[in-house]
This record gives sequence, C-alpha cells and structure tokens, in this order.
Amino acid sequence: MATMSQAVRMALHYGEKHLEVKDIFGQDVGAPLGGVFTATQGLKTTWNSPLDERGIMGMAMGIAMTGDRCVAEIQFCDYIFNTIDLLKIAGNTHWCTNGQVQLPMVVMTPVGAGIRGSVYHSHSFDAWASRLPGWKIVMPSNSLDAYGLMLSAIKDPNPVLFMIPKALMRVRGEELIPGEPAEEKELKAMIDAPIGDRSKWKARWPELQEYLVPIGQGRITREGEQITVVSYGRHLLICNEVADQLREEGVSVEVIDLRSIYPYDWQLIKKSIQKTGRVLFVNEDTEVTNFGEHLAYRATQELFYELMARPQVLAGKNLPGIGLHASLEDASVPQKHEIESAIRSILAEVP
Amino acid sequence: MARSQASSRVSKKKSIPASAMKSSGKNAKVDKFGGLSKELVLQMHDLMVKSRVLEERLIKIYKVGESYFWIGAPGEEAWGVPLGLHVRKGQGLAYDWLHLHYRGTPTLIAMGLEMKDSIRLMMNRATDPSTGGRNFSNHYCFPKWNVAPVTSPIEVQYTIACGTAHAQKRFGKKAVSIVTGGDAGTAEGDFASSLILASRKGQELPMLITVQNNKWGISTSYEGQHGETHIADRAKAFNIKSLVINGNDPVESYLAVQEQMDYIRKTGKPAFIEAHVSRLFGHSSASGANLNTQEVDPVMSFQERVLSAGFISKDKVQSIWDKYEEEGVRATEQARTEPVPTAESVWDHTYVNNENADWRKF
Repeated sequence: MATMSQAVRMALHYGEKHLEVKDIFGQDVGAPLGGVFTATQGLKTTWNSPLDERGIMGMAMGIAMTGDRCVAEIQFCDYIFNTIDLLKIAGNTHWCTNGQVQLPMVVMTPVGAGIRGSVYHSHSFDAWASRLPGWKIVMPSNSLDAYGLMLSAIKDPNPVLFMIPKALMRVRGEELIPGEPAEEKELKAMIDAPIGDRSKWKARWPELQEYLVPIGQGRITREGEQITVVSYGRHLLICNEVADQLREEGVSVEVIDLRSIYPYDWQLIKKSIQKTGRVLFVNEDTEVTNFGEHLAYRATQELFYELMARPQVLAGKNLPGIGLHASLEDASVPQKHEIESAIRSILAEVP
Repeated sequence: MARSQASSRVSKKKSIPASAMKSSGKNAKVDKFGGLSKELVLQMHDLMVKSRVLEERLIKIYKVGESYFWIGAPGEEAWGVPLGLHVRKGQGLAYDWLHLHYRGTPTLIAMGLEMKDSIRLMMNRATDPSTGGRNFSNHYCFPKWNVAPVTSPIEVQYTIACGTAHAQKRFGKKAVSIVTGGDAGTAEGDFASSLILASRKGQELPMLITVQNNKWGISTSYEGQHGETHIADRAKAFNIKSLVINGNDPVESYLAVQEQMDYIRKTGKPAFIEAHVSRLFGHSSASGANLNTQEVDPVMSFQERVLSAGFISKDKVQSIWDKYEEEGVRATEQARTEPVPTAESVWDHTYVNNENADWRKF
C-alpha cells in the first residue's frame, strides 16, 4: 500500500497527465530532492522556487488568475503565516470581483506535530484556515483519501488548502489507490527516486485511475452507538485506536473522519449526534478559538435538547509552541490516553 | 455657465516649461515632443484631461456625501495615459496583463474605460462592473482586458504579476505583465520578491515592473523611508534594465514605456521604470482630497506645451474639458438611478458558481 507521500505524488502525476496541472512548485519541490517529504519526486512540471513563501503564494495566484492550474507547496505550515494576507486575498478575489475572477489553485502544506519537530515544524493550521472564507480546506487521514482529495482539489475552481499531517507522510494506507500495484516493492521501484545520483532517473507511473473524495464529505470510520468522536488528520487514527480498544470493553464509539474542514459535513455529524447524544471533537490545533469549538457551538445550538452530555473539545494546549522534548510535545497536543479519558468522562455524565 | 461646463481650464500664462523645450536653431526653441506625431500628442492630452475630469468628479461625489471614500490618480496622468496606450489589450495569455494599484484611472482611460463605470464603482452600485459595489474607488477589475483586481493591501500585485508573466512566457506570444505601485510600497517584501522572481537566470519573466514615485507614503516623506538614491537602483542590482524618468512628462513616459516594452517583447526579460510623478489631491479622502498647488500639474503643464506648439486652440482645449465634464455629470446622474447591491447578495460569489458558503446551510 502507498504511503501518504506516495499517494500525493501519484495524485499530482494524475493531475499533470489528466487534469491540466501545469506547475507544481515550491521550495525544494523540483529535482533533485522532489520535496522534503518526497511527495513531488519524479513529476514533470515541478520547479524549485526561491525561499520565499510570499513569492510562492503570489505566483500561484497569478498563474491561477490566467486559468492555468497549479499546485504550490509551502514546505511546512509553520512558514505559511507570513502569507496570511495573500491567503485572505486569494479567498476573497472571487467575491471582491463580484464573481468575475476565479483562482483554481491548490496550496499544499504539511501540518501538525508528532515527529518531534520542535517549535517550527509542529504547528497546526486548521483553526487558522477555517477563518479564510473563499477557500476550501481539506486534511486527509489516509493515503487513499489523500489521493482522492487531491484530485478533487485540483478539479475545484476555488482555491483549496490541502493540509497533510506530516506524521502520516510515511504511513501506509489500508486500501489500494485505483491503478496502484499491489506490491509495495513494485510501487517503490516504479516511483521512488534512488538514493544518490538521480540525474538519469525517471519515474515509471502506474496506470492510475480517477478517484475522487468530494470536498465537504466526511466518513464514518467506526460505527457506534454511545458517543460520537469527530476528528481529522493524524488524530483520526488515534481516535480509531481508542474506539477499537473501548469496543473490547463493550463501549460503542462512532468515529467520524471529517476530511474537509470547510465546507464541512454537518449532516453527517448531526445525524451521528442525534443517534448517540454525546460528542467529542478532537484535533491538535490550539484550543482557544479552535475549529472544534465552532462545531461544539453548533451542536449545542442545534441539538441541545437531544444531547445527553455537554459537547467537549479536546485540542492542543494554548501554548506559543510545541517544545522539542517528548515530555513537552506530549503535554501540548492530545494524547491517546486523554482521548480515552475524555470519552469516558462524557459517557459518565448523567443528564 | 451651464452646469455641465467646466470652469476655465486654459491658463493665461504664455510661458512654456523649460524642460519641455528642445533646442532647434540658434535662437528658437521648438518643442518636438520627442518625435511623436501631432495626433498622438493631442490624443494623450485629450485622455489626460478625461482622466483628470473623472478623478475630480469622483472627489466631488465623495465630498457631497454620495460615496464613503475616495482614492485615485490625479497627478499620474502623464505616466498612466502613455502606459495605457502601449498595452496590447485583450483577454487571455496572448495579451498583456495589468496589475495596477489604486491610481490606475489614467491607464484605464487610455485603454477605453468609460467614465460611468468608474463612477458606478465610486458610488457602490450593483452595476459597478469591477466589484458590484463591494470595493473602493479605483479598485478596478476588467477580465476582458486582463486587468487584475486592484487590492487595498499594497504591493501584493507585484508577485501576482510574476504568476501571470510565468503563464504568458509558457504561452509564447510575447505578452507582458505590467505592474504598477507607489514608492512607499517598495518597502514591502513583495517588491523584492518580484525582482527576484522576475530575474532568475534562464527563468526571466516578461514583466514591466514600475514604481510611481510621488515621494510620499500617506504622510511620510520619501526621505523618511528610503536610503537608496533611486528605487530603480534596486532593480539594477538584479540585472534588470532600468530607467528613471520624469513621469510628469507624457512624452518622456511614452518613449520610456515604448523602449522597455520593446525590450521585453524582444528578449522575454523584465524591465523596470521608476516614474517621478505628482500627488495632487493627497493620498486619499482621508487627508481631505484637496488640491496641492505646490506640485507640478502634469495635465496643465502638458496643455501649455500643446497650446504653445500651436497644435490646438484655447477654445478647443476648453471644449475638451467641457465635453468630459458633461460626460461625468451625466454618468453621475445615471449612476444615482441605478440599483445598489442587495443584502441578500452578500453570500454571492464566495465560491464559484455560487456554491453555498453559509455554514448554517451545510
């Protein structure tokens, strides 16, 4: 099964071949490296930008303004903050021009902690991103969704922010991407660049097929009856683990992978909460004005009389950064035992 | 005087600016207008007057309370009009792209902007073709001419222009991305970004990068913001062909833009112009939008030259002012009758095809 990095690479290849992607660019995106996570190795339209996030974002907007399709990368979301006004402008251009100008561009950026990345390789951006009207915001939790969301992002006529949980870059999926060879070694031999001299290497791409994960559509990854847990990205996998563990105790947890942060799949969340009466929202961005708070607010407003317990949000601590030492990182972002504990406390609440 | 007539716009002075004169013979000095044809000289004068009358109309609309804010271009006509005349106008990658700042009226007037469309923008009408009543004056957007949306955040247009230039280069029809902005804005990193992106060896971009240097950043003087002698010196450091010009002289502007555009179309490489211009009504209505008589008025200065050359009579000059004053008044009256945006339209165009953006309806 493909890693998420390989899945993104294959999606970008599909984009180049079938969806008219003409530029894939950013810092170290082109040869010889092909991205610091290798997500852009072997592609045809990649090029290296100067070390300039604002330049990358501005160029992407200009390319998109002409109608050409591009995928730009900000190497880590920790370095996207100096583009915030450009993100605002990209999001409001269609609106400000009364529908005249479209910006069909994808910006991809690795997010989150989990790799001992210290202060500036551990930021999250989902809460910030949810405050960018005009953008669509997605974050996959597995390789197949990464492939399907990237194809949808490329096809979308709006700017799409594609956030990749960096801790999942090398995690293999559990489902084959359509066209992907079944053998991992075969895929590696086809599309992973060799160590050392790569000057004569070319990727041999499998015959990939179109597979779309519609933006705005979540997915139930664990069905359950007693509580709903809504998450995305790497914490979705931890929530799945906790649900599996609790199931052995007879606790039935329903887990929803939101996949899209904006627009988000409220109907899926609503239906699940109406069934369980209890809900926990989990993500690792900082907790004050967290996106999960918006969802908890909405759950409270719309489903108040159907709730059996107060909706809760488990998110990153409201700290200036993620400290490097494991004890610091673990104390900063939600851990497995905290998710379990939060679920138990919500289940224990008596209305 | 009829309401649509302009006040007298023909100076009684006979003097001609010394800078406008070219030596011709021992005793006489004849203004040759840089070799430009009489028709072109008169066309530029006409368009400069039109742009000025329009901007003054916008200021009046603000001052009588029919708009919330004015920002615009009086003082940049001698730069903006010649620039607009050099644009390969059209939609798509075979044509030039324009990334203007909020002093782009003269350029667009030269390209064919109708007064009423600027006034609709000023008066926030639903009929405003640029923004549908959503944005400030001079925040133009005309996809039919590759005019990118003007933004209030300064300088962001410089890197966006790199993107359109990149696509134009790939398309291969020798089209140019033109970007304009003020001198104060060059302090933003985006200005440096554009110089870097445009000049990378082997990846040069077909861009005309320009700065209109009016020596002010709202209330902060040039000297308070700059250590460099010329802003153009920064472009030179990136091996970009650069000129510093008197942007208050439309002839000098015309020839400079022509030289640089020819170079860009021929080589595919960027070129740079720093044009020194006036700022005749201050930064915006926030500073009162009152006439500053201490700065060179490029329209009146050029008009004196045209009159002195005998290219046009005083009566004809006055009739041009009157014609555009009449057009401005009629356009204002028309805009007053036109609909304003509805409250219901506030969600429109958040996403393409009006896909729902309201989370309450997810």
